[in-house]
Amino acid sequence: MSALYRKRVFVNRFNLVMSLATMAFGMLFLLWILGVLFWQGFAALGPTLFTEMTPPPGSAGGLANAILGSVLIVFVATFISTPIGIMAGIYLAEFGKTGWIAKATRFINDILLSAPSIVIGLFVYTIYVAEVNHFSGWAGSVALALIAVPVVVRTTENMLHLVPNSLREAAIALGAPMWKVILMVTLKAVRGGVITGVLLAVARMSGETAPLLFTALNNQFFSVDMNAPMANLPVVIFQFALSPYDDWRALAWAGALLITLAVLIINILARSVFRQATVR
Amino acid sequence: MNESQQLVARPQVTAAALPPSAPKMTIRNLDFFYGKFQGLKNINLTVAERRVTAFIGPSGCGKSTLLRTFNRMYSLYPGQRATGEILFNGRNMLESRVDLNMLRAKIGMVFQKPTPFPMSIYDNVAFGVRLYESLGQRDMDERVEWALTKAAMWEEAKDKLKQSGMALSGGQQQRLCIARAVAVKPEVLLLDEPTSALDPISTAKIEELITELKSDYTIAIVTHNMQQAARVSDFTAYMYLGELIEFGETDQIFLKPKRKETEDYITGRFG
Repeated sequence: MSALYRKRVFVNRFNLVMSLATMAFGMLFLLWILGVLFWQGFAALGPTLFTEMTPPPGSAGGLANAILGSVLIVFVATFISTPIGIMAGIYLAEFGKTGWIAKATRFINDILLSAPSIVIGLFVYTIYVAEVNHFSGWAGSVALALIAVPVVVRTTENMLHLVPNSLREAAIALGAPMWKVILMVTLKAVRGGVITGVLLAVARMSGETAPLLFTALNNQFFSVDMNAPMANLPVVIFQFALSPYDDWRALAWAGALLITLAVLIINILARSVFRQATVR
Repeated sequence: MNESQQLVARPQVTAAALPPSAPKMTIRNLDFFYGKFQGLKNINLTVAERRVTAFIGPSGCGKSTLLRTFNRMYSLYPGQRATGEILFNGRNMLESRVDLNMLRAKIGMVFQKPTPFPMSIYDNVAFGVRLYESLGQRDMDERVEWALTKAAMWEEAKDKLKQSGMALSGGQQQRLCIARAVAVKPEVLLLDEPTSALDPISTAKIEELITELKSDYTIAIVTHNMQQAARVSDFTAYMYLGELIEFGETDQIFLKPKRKETEDYITGRFG
């Protein structure tokens, strides 16, 4: 009896220690990455970062054009992907519960959700960039939107599935047509979750590099012309980090820090929106 | 018999004492199917205008199913279908050409679990009204007050009309749902176990409410609580395994049931 009990205590402790150790192993690398990033990134931070353009090697400069380009491209991509994603999610959750169209859509959406982003970049390059013969901010937005749509579709559908059927029936029992039931009752009941999904998609888009390499490319100069190649943080980081110049690499660190902080802020925002909407 | 006599031993206006009432809904040869399973078998009965008709019976007997045929709620689910006739204002509501939204605007429903919408108390009550009437702000305010008063909610709600309906207690939420259903001025009110999730005080309030509402509305109520059926209804239908076993005036059903099965059920000797 007591031998068995001691054995159980030992097994319990052993497993606890092992799981703590694996967690520490994983956290170690995460903190290592963040530590190096903060160390190098903060060292390169300066007021000129937000005012000066990306410089030629050897001279001083900042990331203003890349920051603006990233914000523009991601904003347009959000604008494209949010309505498509939410409406497709509504279709899957409210109308296509069983039909084969919904099943096929859900299956393809799952594939897109895990598709390598470089494939999406090449796809947009082939059907858009290669056709019009120049890189552009629009192409970058389209590529990022393709990455965001499946995320928004999935979260919207999942959130709508959380709405109890009794709420739907109650609205229908008042004689409300389906579109009003969805817009005014079910979607409203989970709006916090849906907004969270959109914010997480924005965070995902902010860090994508491969799709932009094939679409928006880069631009050394300040430009708000979405029809021309456009500077953006991920591609600038990619180019500068691989360069042999110390000042370029410092700027790459600063850019990486900026993206990480932006994603962190978006994630915190998403969590607080979700919490506010669910606690109520 | 003693127990069932106790159930109705209370001062009340019996159905017999009320002026005779016209039929509001006539159900003829109603069969209902969940896929291949037959949930209702050849139901025939009349729901009297401005009376309370109660449906009692053990779980799974089909009483909720029957209620859900009255406003065609089952039409939401493929695989569920009904055959026969439900005559409402002279038309068979089971016909495929019936405008379901209009039907449901005339036949309101309150469910077992309170289902406030994620909006303010005011908007909850106004939701159904806005669907079919365009009232000015003053008229809408009046309608909301009227409906909340009908549902015995006005005193509690008048100072927090802008607050979320989700923040109310369970009993208040259910009365809000009744107000919401009453606000559209339906002709018939279907109550599907409206008090089963509530405490006794809230239950008593809602029962009072039913008695008041029947001067304007035709009410059909499904209940698991036989005392409740005896207290609030004028007519009672006892159902078992999808069949209507007995239907008649409530006093007759509870005091002198004609069928042995009914007597066994209401005296608790069932099974």
